[in-house]
Amino acid sequence: MDSGPRRRGRAQLHPGAWWLWALALGTAATRTTNPLLLALLISVSAYVVATRRPDTPWSRSYGAFVKLALAVILIRLGFAIVLGSPIPGTNTLLTLPELPLPAWAQGIRLGGEVTAEALTFALYDGLRLATLLICVGAANALANPSRLLKSLPGALYEMGVAVVVALTFAPSLIADVQRLRAARRLRGRPDQGVRGLLQVGLPVLEGALERSVALAAAMDARGYGRTAQVPPAVRRTTAALTLGGLLGVCAGTYGLLTAEGAAYGLPVLLAGLAAALAGLKLGGRRSLRTRYRPDRWDVRAWLVVASGVAVAALLALAAARDPAALHPGVVPLVAPTLPLWPAAAVLLGLVPAFVAPDPKELS
Amino acid sequence: MIRFEDVSVTYDGAAEPTVQGIDFEVPEGELVLLAGPSGVGKSTVLGAVSGLVPHFTGGTLRGRVTVAGRDTRTHKPRELADVVGTVGQDPLSHFVTDTVEDELAYGMESLGLAPDVMRRRVEETLDLLGLAGLRDRPIATLSGGQQQRVAIGSVLTPHPGVLVLDEPTSALDPAAAEEVLAVLQRLVHDLGTTVLMAEHRLERVIQYADQVVLLPAPGASPLLGDPAEVMAVSPVYPPVVALGRLAGWTPLPLTVRDARRRAGDLKQQLRNAPDKGRGEPRDKPRTTRARKRSAHPTPVGRAEALSVLRGRVQALSHVDLTITPGETIALMGRNGAGKSTLLNSLVGLVKPSSGTVLLGDATPHRTPPKDLVRKVGLVPQEPRDLLYADTVAAECAAADRDAGADPGTCRALVTELLPGVTDGTHPRDLSEGQRLALALAVVLTARPPLLLLDEPTRGLDYAAKARLVTVLRALAAEGHAIVLATHDVELAAEIAHRVVLLAEGEVIADGPTADVVVSSPSFAPQVTKILAPQHWLTVTEVRAALRESGR
Repeated sequence: MDSGPRRRGRAQLHPGAWWLWALALGTAATRTTNPLLLALLISVSAYVVATRRPDTPWSRSYGAFVKLALAVILIRLGFAIVLGSPIPGTNTLLTLPELPLPAWAQGIRLGGEVTAEALTFALYDGLRLATLLICVGAANALANPSRLLKSLPGALYEMGVAVVVALTFAPSLIADVQRLRAARRLRGRPDQGVRGLLQVGLPVLEGALERSVALAAAMDARGYGRTAQVPPAVRRTTAALTLGGLLGVCAGTYGLLTAEGAAYGLPVLLAGLAAALAGLKLGGRRSLRTRYRPDRWDVRAWLVVASGVAVAALLALAAARDPAALHPGVVPLVAPTLPLWPAAAVLLGLVPAFVAPDPKELS
Repeated sequence: MIRFEDVSVTYDGAAEPTVQGIDFEVPEGELVLLAGPSGVGKSTVLGAVSGLVPHFTGGTLRGRVTVAGRDTRTHKPRELADVVGTVGQDPLSHFVTDTVEDELAYGMESLGLAPDVMRRRVEETLDLLGLAGLRDRPIATLSGGQQQRVAIGSVLTPHPGVLVLDEPTSALDPAAAEEVLAVLQRLVHDLGTTVLMAEHRLERVIQYADQVVLLPAPGASPLLGDPAEVMAVSPVYPPVVALGRLAGWTPLPLTVRDARRRAGDLKQQLRNAPDKGRGEPRDKPRTTRARKRSAHPTPVGRAEALSVLRGRVQALSHVDLTITPGETIALMGRNGAGKSTLLNSLVGLVKPSSGTVLLGDATPHRTPPKDLVRKVGLVPQEPRDLLYADTVAAECAAADRDAGADPGTCRALVTELLPGVTDGTHPRDLSEGQRLALALAVVLTARPPLLLLDEPTRGLDYAAKARLVTVLRALAAEGHAIVLATHDVELAAEIAHRVVLLAEGEVIADGPTADVVVSSPSFAPQVTKILAPQHWLTVTEVRAALRESGR
């Protein structure tokens, strides 16, 4: 239909690379409460999203994540105001009427003094969580989550499809709610308010159920769930490896987290992980499925991941070396300053804006 | 290729078999059309081919169905996936992935084809169906015709010998339907694919069929044969066949071209018919009625320079429309031309970004819903959206309350439109046509002077459509103004006084039905095409004229 020189539409970055990059930035955000550094992290991820996100329905979810992050900050501040805060402070901003609570509710406070220190602490804390959320939103906008699920090992494929289907159902569910609420207006009933929403609930669920059944029929007719015959021995080994592996992972994690188990924790965790992976690999034999044009992990993917990991590692290092700069004090209140070399480290996260393919050139 | 041997299907909880005595064979490489009124079990027969009946739907299947030598009793749908491709009524509920290219590959991935084979077949299919320009597009952003083509493509890539399609063109505008049918035609001719499809709109598909399987009534055994022979006895038939039956042509013509060749005598007769001269407006009795009504000082609805912006899309731009009482207007145009948006702005669901909409002297989007229902009523594309209750009686009681009408008003309307429906019936158990009638009754309870219908004939068979036409004519005669958005040119020809054509949000034609549709190749009804250059629109008109001239 259309012609002309056009680069391959699939010259996209591996979705896994975007997710690793974004999660690494998120990890970096957990290492600091310095609002300037956090703001810098948000700007870095926002710049990359602005320049590198493709024009698709899922990439518009970034705005929703930003709103969610703002809501998190507001809720955190609200809690600090209403429930008080363990932070001792002297700069009282206002005093709310305190609700006397019975003796068994000791340690909980409702109302009372609101100090500038408590609010600043809550703001820093909320901002850190917000940054993490925005980073996840960036990953969502840059890489189609269902493409990421396509890269799952064969044994997990059926679970992956279930998740993909659920992901595509959410938007149509919202569209259904909007359509049915609008239809209430045609019956002469108010189309706004909570009651309207509740009354369309049942028809919406009915509609969703019907669609899922239709989709299940279509998937069945298209060969979903065809399996290969595998010898019983392989089947049993798979089950043993997966179960044993998962148990090992649990035991190892427990060991790592408790004081006594530090010695055996790591080896058990690693052994468990290896067994579980082997089980998954073996389980993949049951699936006949092949992959159509799988995403390739190329140099650019490495560069993108490396930039994210570098940010996380350097901030972790900085947090260990110079905790004061990364965690500006709230008692007494001091204005946060931008520590120079951690800020430079955060800027490394901008690398994808230059090495990742530009979606606008592709289409 | 497909063989039914004395098959009957009984669903769980049903007293009678849904279909029985099904015994026919579809030879390889033929396009076979499954025809019949609503509710005779066409979808059940189609489902039995892919094995979804009874493996997925439950129920008992007696007899034997074999596809390419595989018995569906022992093969589950997924084990038939490489020989049968199935596309259901709603392409959207068929898609598993979110982009065109992935969707085409999905079936092959499930079958475990080698990557290089998959790559080749995806490219071939993109070319075959003209989808190459859309390969990276998210499926949700495609038009109805494009989605239908992607759905067909997605079952074609595993190279099935058999393609099963349930109502592939019902939801499409005439041009998109042509697009899909051209693809099917190509598959049958070039690849030797066997196609079995069910379709209500016979006028679109009958000419492509090699054979027709007719299910004449629920539980009756099917009739298989040459399309012309079957159409001679069928209870459902397109206008071209109706005209052929009227004129007594044998064998019956199935295409406009065949019919036109034989139409010499008929045209001669019609030329002599009183007052229906060639080229004169064909609308006389109705226009006079409309004129009499239009003496009313105020129109019931008016749009002036109406523009609607949706996101970045200009859904409507500078639309002017005046609706007078007693007038029936058909809104036509491609999928996405702005027909639904125009209807929605008339009921205030969509706010105009500039220009005005007036119902009498009220602005719809500022009118509270309670008052609005007395001014305008809309039956949406999916009538089910209007129905919330679990029985017909409860639905009627709620409608009376909503409209502030006397108790029993809605029930009386239901009895009039839907004789024989009991109070305890669940709206979900009604057929498509019955549900439409119920929604219509609910909307009419408030006696709105302006009635809007969005795609009312989707999924209706000819009998249900004829009933709808009678009801709408009676409403127009009572002075209701009716606006319907439709792809169905035959329906528009039958009842509309005026046709408004929309394209990309603009009105491109607005005039008496005869003038607008006659000049358009895709919106002209079959009778017009056959009897051109005389201006006839429907078989009913021709019949009346013949009767008069015979007298």
